[in-house]
Amino acid sequence: MNKKIKQPGMTLIVKTITRLTVGLILLYGIYIVTHGHISPGGGFAGGVIIALSFIHLMLAFGKDLALRKLSEKLAAFFESFGAIMFLTIGLLGFIGGYFFFNFIFKGKPFNLFSAGIIPLCNIAICFKVGAGLFAVFVALILLKVPIKKE
Amino acid sequence: MNLASLPVSHNLLPLFVAIPLGSAFLVSLLGKRVKGFSDTFSNVATFSLLSISLLSILLVKHSGTVVYKVGGWIPPIGICMVLDGLTSFMLVTINLIAFLVTIYSISYMERYTAKWKFYTLFLLMLAGMNGVIVTGDMFNLFVFLEIASISSYALVAFGVEREELEASFKYMVMGIMASLFILLGIAFLYSLTSTLNMADISRTLAKIGDNQTVFFVAALFLMGFGLKAALVPFHSWLPDAHPSAPAPISAMLSGVLIKALGVYALARIFLNVLGMTAVSSSILMVLGAISMVLGGLLALGQEDIKRLFAYSSISQIGYVVFAIGMGTPLGILAGLFHLFNHAIFKSLLFLNSGSIEYATGTRDLRKMGGLTSKMPVTGYSSLVGSMSISGIPPLSGFWSKLLIILAAIEAKHFIFASIAVLVSILTLAYYLKVQKLAFFGELKDSLKGIKEVPLTMKLSMIALSIICIFGGLLLIPGVQKNFLNLATEVLVNGTNYAQIIFGSIK
Repeated sequence: MNKKIKQPGMTLIVKTITRLTVGLILLYGIYIVTHGHISPGGGFAGGVIIALSFIHLMLAFGKDLALRKLSEKLAAFFESFGAIMFLTIGLLGFIGGYFFFNFIFKGKPFNLFSAGIIPLCNIAICFKVGAGLFAVFVALILLKVPIKKE
Repeated sequence: MNLASLPVSHNLLPLFVAIPLGSAFLVSLLGKRVKGFSDTFSNVATFSLLSISLLSILLVKHSGTVVYKVGGWIPPIGICMVLDGLTSFMLVTINLIAFLVTIYSISYMERYTAKWKFYTLFLLMLAGMNGVIVTGDMFNLFVFLEIASISSYALVAFGVEREELEASFKYMVMGIMASLFILLGIAFLYSLTSTLNMADISRTLAKIGDNQTVFFVAALFLMGFGLKAALVPFHSWLPDAHPSAPAPISAMLSGVLIKALGVYALARIFLNVLGMTAVSSSILMVLGAISMVLGGLLALGQEDIKRLFAYSSISQIGYVVFAIGMGTPLGILAGLFHLFNHAIFKSLLFLNSGSIEYATGTRDLRKMGGLTSKMPVTGYSSLVGSMSISGIPPLSGFWSKLLIILAAIEAKHFIFASIAVLVSILTLAYYLKVQKLAFFGELKDSLKGIKEVPLTMKLSMIALSIICIFGGLLLIPGVQKNFLNLATEVLVNGTNYAQIIFGSIK
């Protein structure tokens, strides 16, 4: 019984499976983000999957381990950073004359390195959505309700 | 200097969204770490927004309607932003209030922890409102509307007390209903016209002719935007939500949010996109008149100063919707002028109520009295605001109400005109009540120790009351031609909007 209390998180089976799958989930998320412009998916979907890999860790091993990998402060930083990166890409479009103008060399269609600013936008959205979703989850877990004396 | 010849001039348009959005996230990134950053940076951001919105008036005057192609894609394929008279009019209104409110917040928001969170949400709300105004795309309008609404839900709950959370929840449920109606309306419109560009929708609808779907869409939009504007059958969230927010936010919500998301969107869609019919005109007029009367009557019995102002907002929005609903050029001019004036004096009054709360710690009118002797700036500026909103000459509210009544008489709506006059008297009654209970009479013993509010709060109240006093000058022919008339023209042109937009795409 004592052992259970010391170790937060779920049973050994869940932990073992999580250890095997969590890296794959993260990789799959990154794949979805980077291939957003040539296949279904993109920044939002990939960001959600990446956030889920961290949430998965949190569910299996408890909040401490997950927060050691990605603290709530870092999540908050990445959230704002993603938004600013997206906006900066939009503003850099002024080089080409328009807001959100696709000013980078566009390459050959269906190549990984193609489509100008769109993969960059996907990465920015991935930061914003991934960190945002993780931060929402953390906020719900760490929520402290101050008890008021009437 | 000829402004229109500058190559950057038309690139001003996306800045209305980009500046507040960028500064919101910069404040959230650095506001906690660098002391004083959030105050300075937010004020710089809102000041630059005010300056470029004033520049936009010149731009409209020089080059007429400007259509900005986002990403270089030609509308209706890409998203476009539109700058015309109405846009620049609304932008000036919003950014003027936003600038004065951020100045006020420097001292006022010291009472709360995490000021930078406040500024982040505030700037996001501003980005949403500016976006709603500049966009020329229906779905884009919905997205910006949601940005502004969601940040306002959070801002209403900013104090995280029991009442505030309850008000915010109520506001959120009603707001989401409104958004759903609007989204459903957009979906129907898209299925009918296969386009989301507002000008293109208007053009396609003219080709299709009479269609039952359009009526249904109009009903959905009336419910959705009516909820956002707090017209009377849809008003019940406002008297809870607006008083619960911190005072600067109450000023923003009552002053500009209900106008940008509600009245502006309603006017733009009903007059420019769907086209005004006799039915929609009379519905808007009746809803406006009901709002006027009920808002006024309900305000009369309130003891909470901010709640009274909130009901008064419903009543005054009734005036604006009624006047725009008439659809005559004079009516639209009067409605827009009253919209501007109401933004000014209602923000002023909410800032006054914030100052009272700051100094005395109460919002209950019965616990106040004789405040003018201790707080002269708050007292006299609220006197100016109250008299202006009740329509005492020569303050700005008098001119806009006079124009509304004249427009109603000109359009032969005598009953509505007399309602407008009667409600104006009602308005005077409840504002005299505020003045008598709060500012005149004997100073209560418990209030002997209060002090006037800090300098920045005084500054913005003084600035707003000066605009109140000289607001009538906007009707001087030379000024009117360049500001109000340009805005009125856009709405008077009705569904010619489509031709104007497609004509000015270069």
